[in-house]
Amino acid sequence: MGNWNIIFHEIYKILFLIIPVLVSIALIVWLDRRVWAFVQKRQGPNVVGPFGLLQTLADALKYIFKEIIIPSGSNKIIFILAPIITMTLALISWAVIPFSATQVLADINVGILYIFAVSSLSVYGIIIGGWASNSKYPFLGAIRSAAQMVSYEVSIGIIIINVLLCVGSLNLNDIVISQQNLWYIVPLFPMFVIFFISALAETNRPPFDLPEAEAELVAGYQTEYSGMMYAMFWLGEYANILLMCALGSILFLGGWLSPIDLYPFNLIPGFVWLIFKILLLFILFALVKATVPRYRYDQLMRLGWKLFLPLSLIWVVLTASYLFYFNLLPVN
Amino acid sequence: MIAHSLFFYLFATIAIVSAIFVTVSRNTIHSVFFLILDFISISCLFIMIGAEFLGMIMLIVYVGAVAVLFLFVVMMLNVTEQKNQWFTSEKNSGHIPIGLIVSALIFFELIIVISGWKYRPNLFNASNLIINETTTNTHSLGQIIYTDYIHIFQLSGMILLVSMIGAIVLTFRQRSGIKKQSYIKQISRERNEGVQLIEVESNKGVKIDD
Repeated sequence: MGNWNIIFHEIYKILFLIIPVLVSIALIVWLDRRVWAFVQKRQGPNVVGPFGLLQTLADALKYIFKEIIIPSGSNKIIFILAPIITMTLALISWAVIPFSATQVLADINVGILYIFAVSSLSVYGIIIGGWASNSKYPFLGAIRSAAQMVSYEVSIGIIIINVLLCVGSLNLNDIVISQQNLWYIVPLFPMFVIFFISALAETNRPPFDLPEAEAELVAGYQTEYSGMMYAMFWLGEYANILLMCALGSILFLGGWLSPIDLYPFNLIPGFVWLIFKILLLFILFALVKATVPRYRYDQLMRLGWKLFLPLSLIWVVLTASYLFYFNLLPVN
Repeated sequence: MIAHSLFFYLFATIAIVSAIFVTVSRNTIHSVFFLILDFISISCLFIMIGAEFLGMIMLIVYVGAVAVLFLFVVMMLNVTEQKNQWFTSEKNSGHIPIGLIVSALIFFELIIVISGWKYRPNLFNASNLIINETTTNTHSLGQIIYTDYIHIFQLSGMILLVSMIGAIVLTFRQRSGIKKQSYIKQISRERNEGVQLIEVESNKGVKIDD
């Protein structure tokens, strides 16, 4: 009986994490559209519910009742598997995100590697979906996005190495706690900028939304998808964006730490600060979407391989030498 | 403990079955997918024995990078519908004896290796060595790699670098006559280099040089 209790307890904890994440995805889609509209002097979704907050819910309902069309030339099992993989991978990374010193589902030693591994797996959802559709545009979109995501993962990995050099641990909670005195955005500011841009490219956000560039590729890898399967791709994409925002705020903005360690701010629980920082980064994401035109493909590749990769590598050398010279290397 | 061994057998079975399907399945793309499944289940096995760092690196390197390249190549070559024509066609059947010889060689090598293989008698003693519980997997791995085995580690890194440069040199071909975009050239262009104002008299036309 004891085992079953543990299992139910774990399931309860998982649900307690996943349901807020899903709800916040719905809200974040609304926020994205509102910010986008605000920049362009439009109203945005403001009809369904108060301030249009329920707009995403209505959209989801619409998707559920739409017919799922599976192309006859497609590879059916893989075609159905692709959105499921995208959605699952986008959600399982949240298991290691710390919301405070104790509020974390799985406090594993290699938390940051886990997130990195899962985000490197999320290429498959797109590449599988594009291939299984057996159609030109999705395949082109899938190839583009796979090349793009693999290239920008490299620079994200090296930026993470920069942070890890300062921390001396792969545990996400340790990363947060080591920023108690100084957030890493201050000493590693250029890395934060590169991380932010790489995160845009990694999550296929504008200006790097070449996989789904609607003017050239219809909708990229999603072209043949409809109904709930399309919605799952879409949800997975936004979950990934949210995750990248969370990762950025943990690596550079001090995660659940309060900005000032003084009396009234100490009382606010950690997860509020984390959510606040995630929202801040997400609004930056949305502003970029609203203001910057799309990159050309060769420019995108040049930016990733010829600019970001050497820059972040040089910065690794700089950080390591600085820490070594001033004897600041975290040794335990 | 029961759950532990249950999961071990689950992942082990998935690993072996998917490894078999890699070679058996007709569709090349499917076999790459089975390869990915194999990698994932092996990394799960790594995590189960406590080698969390190795498991995650396995996922990042093999599944996240190597298998993506496999998938790329297989998709680009469009070999999905070959269906073993390779063996039956007249043109290629000359390769079969060589292939048979090579596979027989590998098979005998495997037999030699496996027949000569025995458990180290002091293996159990080795497993009783004091393991520092406070240091994490990653730390202890780093302490071994960067102290006792630093030369081997650096050497393997050098070999990888050399092979990478070799592959780039072999496949790189310089083509003449392609137009490249130079950002510096574009930005540093002045007005008088690009624009020329000409007074055109009527019924005379303009002669533009070259």
